[in-house]
Amino acid sequence: MFYRECGVRHTNYVSDRAIASIPFERWLLGVLLAAAVLAPLYISDLFLVSYLTPWLLWSAAALGLNLLMGLAGQIHLGYAAIMAVGAYASIHMARAGVPFGLAVVGGGLLAAVIGSLFGLPAMRVRGLYLAMSTLALQFIVDWTLVQVPAISGGAQATLVAPRPSILGLSLVSDEARYYVALALAVATGLFLVNVRRTDLGRTLVALREKDYAAAVIGINVFYYKSLAFAVSSFIGGVSGSLLAFMYYRAVTPEQFGLNVSIMMVAMVIIGGLGSVIGSFFGAGFVLLAPIILERLLRAGAAALSLSIPHSALAHIPLIIYGGLIVLFLLGEPLGLAKVYDNMRNYLRIWPFGYTRK
Amino acid sequence: MLFLAELAINGGLVGLMYALVATGIVLIYKSSGVVNLAQGAFVMAGGYFAWLFVGRWQLPVPVGVLLAGGAMGLLGWITERFALRRMIGQPLIMILMLTLALEVVLRGTFPPVFGVDTKPIGSAAVQAPIWWGDILINRTYLVGGVTAVAVVVLLSLFFRSRPGIAMRAVSDDHLAAWAVGIPVERVVAFSWAASGSVAAVTGLLWGSVQGVDWSLSLLLIKALAVAVLGGLDSLAGVVLAGLFVGIAENVVSGYLDPVVGGGTKTVVTAAVIFFTILFRPYGLFGREVIERI
Repeated sequence: MFYRECGVRHTNYVSDRAIASIPFERWLLGVLLAAAVLAPLYISDLFLVSYLTPWLLWSAAALGLNLLMGLAGQIHLGYAAIMAVGAYASIHMARAGVPFGLAVVGGGLLAAVIGSLFGLPAMRVRGLYLAMSTLALQFIVDWTLVQVPAISGGAQATLVAPRPSILGLSLVSDEARYYVALALAVATGLFLVNVRRTDLGRTLVALREKDYAAAVIGINVFYYKSLAFAVSSFIGGVSGSLLAFMYYRAVTPEQFGLNVSIMMVAMVIIGGLGSVIGSFFGAGFVLLAPIILERLLRAGAAALSLSIPHSALAHIPLIIYGGLIVLFLLGEPLGLAKVYDNMRNYLRIWPFGYTRK
Repeated sequence: MLFLAELAINGGLVGLMYALVATGIVLIYKSSGVVNLAQGAFVMAGGYFAWLFVGRWQLPVPVGVLLAGGAMGLLGWITERFALRRMIGQPLIMILMLTLALEVVLRGTFPPVFGVDTKPIGSAAVQAPIWWGDILINRTYLVGGVTAVAVVVLLSLFFRSRPGIAMRAVSDDHLAAWAVGIPVERVVAFSWAASGSVAAVTGLLWGSVQGVDWSLSLLLIKALAVAVLGGLDSLAGVVLAGLFVGIAENVVSGYLDPVVGGGTKTVVTAAVIFFTILFRPYGLFGREVIERI
């Protein structure tokens, strides 16, 4: 009844290959986009700044990582280091006078270059060893950012981001920051949805399945693995720099440490490897679920008049975060995207579910 | 010169203690093919149990070690039985993520339950260093290094016994081990339990070095460096690699730290991992995995 597919006829290849061929889904996308664009009108400022903006920015970063892990099949445990490179580079460029837009793109390009270096071990190893070498590089980049005063601005310094503006339009207000985040998320999402239909996407999928077989049929494995790392790192660098400008408004080394890398991998896996909507779900889940559950726990404890010592209270978000990931991996390894897929499949044939067995 | 020798000797002893943590990783990888990224958290948990039995309840050390080893063995067994067994056949990244999440959960549960303040094991009075000529040797490191070598020797002896040979068979080929009647699931569970018990001993040793708190879980990256360099499935490699990593880390940081401003230890560890994987991925003594189309 909802996802009515009968009567949808395609008369040319273009409409046949369209991403959203069911009219109901096109309508849904349109409503969602309109709701997102009109959000500042009906959503409180606090909600916009603390929840929506970071969610969109982290989703964009998760999409970049999903390109590498979900589509190209390379494990990357050092993504936060890439985001840090992008953030620091763009902030230094902006402080040196480069216009905001160019600084962000420049940060992304530098992140892409360094990200390809992260991909060097991918030429020799895959899987576990690749994960560990990216982990090692995360530590090295972390250390470089802290120790080199030219980058970090002195020991343990916080670099404040200059006020961003595009073409004279100041981007300092909350709404402007939200729109920039929304633009990034939509652009990255569009890119990822389309990339699997292109040559590059198919090559990456071939690399993911069996890279030596891909080499046998003539794919330049070295070039395409480097390209995957570079493109994904560009997205990561841009999201990192926009996080620094739009959300944190300053940059410190702790913002992009190892635990952030692990959080990004958790977002991608909980969302669902290779799924665009999964990245949005995963980012939202990892960001918000610990907060919500901790509030519920506190409310429950208060209702039952139990007093939890403060030291335990500080650790509860950590336990919830780790516990949720464990439960998710054990319960639904394909992630939130599969949950969404199940719901969508159910609604597609509702109320004629009895026809499918 | 004397400075170098002192750095090298103390570094070697610390490296042997890293090798003890790495032994747990190698044990699990040998039998189940999973790199346990929660091994650092296991060591932390073992340290907390050891503190409870030896430090808080003042039981004699051998009794405390046995009890802590038993408790951690149980934890390892539970982890394998209820978490890892359901992930058989899943992509590697899921299993890695599971162990990482386990690490987070352990790091979040143990400190509040046992108390977040740093717990000392052993009294400070026994910490007088040993003088070898003009070289200072840290007594705790010496005890730790000797214990590490003893544990590795014990494990090598164990691998010559009948259950040990069964474990070696399982680490070689699961299907062939099943075919000859070895209960692979039980052996894998046992290896996880054994790794937990080794982590308990390691936790006791490291707890006496730096006190027991959450930061013990940071030993993971050092243990990974040792395990990768030595070969993820080689026990002999773990000792040699531990010596190398410990010495390299201490010597390099001893000379570079004043110049650069600190933190070079982590860089050395990370560089060891990176260059080993780049140039000799399977480590010094690891077994090469050949994939076929």
